[in-house]
Amino acid sequence: MRSADRPLSPHLQIYRWQLTSVLSILHRATGVALGLGGILFVWWLVAAACGPDAYRTVDDFLGSWLGIVLLLGWSAALFYHLCNGIRHLVWDTGHALDLKSVYVGGWLVIAATTALTLIAWVAGIARWVG
Amino acid sequence: MRSPLGRAIGLGSAKEGVEHWLVQRISALALVPLALWFVIAVIGLVGADYDTVQAWVGQPLPAILLVLLLIATFYHAALGLQVVIEDYIHGELARFGLVIVARLACIALAVAGIVAVLTLALGTAV
Repeated sequence: MRSADRPLSPHLQIYRWQLTSVLSILHRATGVALGLGGILFVWWLVAAACGPDAYRTVDDFLGSWLGIVLLLGWSAALFYHLCNGIRHLVWDTGHALDLKSVYVGGWLVIAATTALTLIAWVAGIARWVG
Repeated sequence: MRSPLGRAIGLGSAKEGVEHWLVQRISALALVPLALWFVIAVIGLVGADYDTVQAWVGQPLPAILLVLLLIATFYHAALGLQVVIEDYIHGELARFGLVIVARLACIALAVAGIVAVLTLALGTAV
């Protein structure tokens, strides 16, 4: 068999989804998404530096439905990548590498991401209304 | 100053040793407090008009932290995107090209953001 025809492992079509692999690929996906979100961040700063008219354009976009959906996704991605990144940094010290800790840490990251995203949006909406 | 052996030890086949791995983590450590500060700052700016945002970026502390955040973010992004590209893009030319494009884009975004912050901080905005 030529090397190109050999089956790849893990074979994603028949590989059972599990918390560890899903969180791992999410870390990469959110990292790439945050990089793209960085364009929005820089656009916001450059618009502010260009003056009130340019700033109004970005402000209107961020206040639109698409803008709010992007901000919601971006904030959740940020909190996930932040929490899971800390999990990675703990692993780098050689700690929490046994199977039980990996799963406990994984669920902790999901809980912390959900909680931080909710807190941030409740605080943001409270400020918007109040 | 180092002997040829000392230079070679630990560098491995990539010829750069653990430097990429290490700076990825150092930038990650810097981003933990910077990102949390930024989220809190943005929540504080919800509903703010142009003058408020301009005045806020113009203060020394937000300006300094924004510049640090821009450097750490796009440095970290360039390193992370490189790893993702190297893992999933198998054509040698496409892989090399994409890494360069990602790196240049990160540098351009960081420079644009820093110039914008300095423009506001130094009061030279239009």
